[in-house]
Amino acid sequence: MKKFSWRGLSIIVFICVTAFYLAPLAIPNLPEWWAKNKLKLGLDLKGGMQILLEVDTSALSAADARGAVDQNIKIIRERIDQFGVAEPSIQKLGENRIMVQLPGVSDFHAAENLIKQTAMLEFKVVAKRDEGKRVLDLIDSNINANLQFFPALAELDKLDKEIMAEDDSLAQPSSGVFSSLIRPGELDYEVQYDSVRLIQDLLADSLFQQMIPAGWQLALERADTSNPRADRIIHVLSSAVELSGADLAKAKVEYGSSTSTDPRIANKPYISIEMKREGARKFERVTADNVGKRLAIVLDNVVYSAPNIQERIAGGRAQITGRFTSQEANELAIVLNTGNLIAPITPASTSIIGATLGADSIKSGTMAGIIGLAIVMLFMLFYYKVGGLITDFALIFNVGFVLAMLTAFGGTLTLPGIAGMILTIGMAVDANVLVFERIREELDTGKTPRSAVDAGYKRATVTVWDANITTLIAAFVLYQFGTGPIRGFAITLTIGIIGSMFCALVFVRSIFDTFVVTGTKKTLSI
Amino acid sequence: MRLLKNTNIPFVGMRKGAYLISILLILAAIIGLFVRGLNWSIDFTSGVAAKVDLQALSADVAPVEIDELRNALKTHGFPEAEIQRVGEFGSGTFMIKIKSANAEDAVSSDTKTQIIDIISESFPDHLAGRDINRDVIEEIYEVGPKVGGELRTNALLAVAISLILMIIYIWFRFELIFGLMAIVALAHDVLIIVGVFALSGKEITIQIIAALLTIVGYSINDTIVIFDRIREDLKIRRKEPLDQVINYSLNETLSRTVVTSGTTFFTTLSLYLFGGQVLNDFALAMCLGVIVGTYSSIFLASNLVIDLTKATHKEKQAAQHLSKRK
Repeated sequence: MKKFSWRGLSIIVFICVTAFYLAPLAIPNLPEWWAKNKLKLGLDLKGGMQILLEVDTSALSAADARGAVDQNIKIIRERIDQFGVAEPSIQKLGENRIMVQLPGVSDFHAAENLIKQTAMLEFKVVAKRDEGKRVLDLIDSNINANLQFFPALAELDKLDKEIMAEDDSLAQPSSGVFSSLIRPGELDYEVQYDSVRLIQDLLADSLFQQMIPAGWQLALERADTSNPRADRIIHVLSSAVELSGADLAKAKVEYGSSTSTDPRIANKPYISIEMKREGARKFERVTADNVGKRLAIVLDNVVYSAPNIQERIAGGRAQITGRFTSQEANELAIVLNTGNLIAPITPASTSIIGATLGADSIKSGTMAGIIGLAIVMLFMLFYYKVGGLITDFALIFNVGFVLAMLTAFGGTLTLPGIAGMILTIGMAVDANVLVFERIREELDTGKTPRSAVDAGYKRATVTVWDANITTLIAAFVLYQFGTGPIRGFAITLTIGIIGSMFCALVFVRSIFDTFVVTGTKKTLSI
Repeated sequence: MRLLKNTNIPFVGMRKGAYLISILLILAAIIGLFVRGLNWSIDFTSGVAAKVDLQALSADVAPVEIDELRNALKTHGFPEAEIQRVGEFGSGTFMIKIKSANAEDAVSSDTKTQIIDIISESFPDHLAGRDINRDVIEEIYEVGPKVGGELRTNALLAVAISLILMIIYIWFRFELIFGLMAIVALAHDVLIIVGVFALSGKEITIQIIAALLTIVGYSINDTIVIFDRIREDLKIRRKEPLDQVINYSLNETLSRTVVTSGTTFFTTLSLYLFGGQVLNDFALAMCLGVIVGTYSSIFLASNLVIDLTKATHKEKQAAQHLSKRK
């Protein structure tokens, strides 16, 4: 039995750690706690979606802004969990950025919408027909008095007057220019498809908002996605918020039975909501006070439905119907359940990588790695004989070590990471080459193998350190300034350098000392 | 087996010729930079890059021509789109790039959706029976103007900081003049590679920046091994003039330089040949970097040290100083 040495121990630890982290890649059916330490593939290899979100905290105070980003992260995480993505990663980057990685997600549009969607849910009472008429008339007269501020409407007014002017007996159109855009239907006011855009622009215009009498507001009803050119209903609502999203306990997607008489529900998904205790009381009061009127369910200023209140409703349950597809209903329910983002977010950059491209990249990356490794190993074997053979073993350990350490630190293998590893293969032999060349020189001066190996290692070690520290500096800077895949590259490069130094100065050296230059051997195969 | 044994190549004597070659290469690179400029990828400028596979399932559908795709995008409001066919002739895969020229007309986060909509409207036959998200879109990158600008600043900063840190390290381990000349050699390497990218019009992506930094690390590695040997030889050969000692050191380390450059070169070459499309430019930059880096380590860094110490009459001083250090 050999006596204890630190070098021997470190090699045993090195091999055990490497084997521990690589085992899950090779052996199936390992116990759960072991198998979960498996090397993760980056998005560029697995396919998926990555979004960098920027949180706009300009409207918040400094203290609120910090909380807002964290709160947003929490909400986004909940939404993604409910959306059902395996192993999502949601990280805070810097002060006000959030990096979301969704492996395996191909429907980027739905995912992006889900993340940034807001849902301001409000219940508002709809004006009765005569009240609505009065509000519209008031808006009309306000606008007529301020027509110069609404160029689009002024244009229409001019056209109207030209048409009227053809008959001298008619000096003025019978109604104002604004109400000419809105036609009273059987039950509701309607906007023709051609005028929808104009109405939307007006509703978004803060000047127009001032034309609306206090206490009232206008809101379009949701477009019918199956019939996009249909006319849109516009509601006159009392602007008081009777109930809001804060009163909501939970939202759930349900499907209407095919026998239902309500065409909005029959055979279609809808969202059933349940209110909190206080919310249910408020709902009871609102319905009791407004029997005979209609209650609009408004989401992000769009009316989803406006059912008639037939009686006082207790228990705090309601439905949001609105010609949803099941995917829309699903996303909306998630957003309602997770609450609203505290501060608005915008995607600053997005990348989407298809699964096929990722698979191709793994294939060609591995191919290049194996070929590169084979060339280097063959060369070392021919050039340095036994020394080369030992180096080749060390090289394979080194590749294993890089993969194992990546796993240990929870890193992911990216395509640039594979490139970094292939590069490390080329550079990993450098420390050995330095040492071997030095040993050869020492042998040339007539030293015995034993003292040549000692002198060679001694002299080359300083050089190995100097040369590798500079490369480590480059890798370190890359890590600091890089993002995503580049960090992966920097990490692999760093681990590779450390591993190759260990392999050359400890691992190969030990084998040399133990097996190659034993006793009084006269020659050295190097 | 030994490739090079006891060589005595007059590297120091050849330095004038090497300087000339380097100056010519640098001039070419600078002209390339000024005349053609750098083709920054959307990582840095912001914009959208989308790779789509429009190969129809049915063999009856004629493959999409590049002009059809260009026209479709043009008529729908993207006249500035750059379109390239990816892979062999007649393949149905295209790369579409829309760069925002400046921050004002920056692409919005809806641009990618618009492009996908245009494609699905314009080529229904080619997409029949295929899921647009899963089968058609190979990759999409969308970079907003703010992130793009930041990345460019960060990339340049990364190169600058790593150079400064290296000067400091070499100064600490050797002499300031060695550090400075090593950096001159590095700048030479980086400039030439960047020049090749400018002249060939290849894109500067984030990965190319990573390649440049790796080249920096690799080339300095080579240079330091030689410097290390010079330091050691100066101690042994105290009586001999600096240029002669340096020539010894260059020859003594030549075998190692060639072997390591060789192994690294072959691995990057296999990356270039077999590593697939995505890594192609990265591998090209690395291959060139290994060649230029090895050349500058042998012919430039140490020779520049000789000429500069001669010019400043500090030859003796530097040699004495160095030989005292460990």
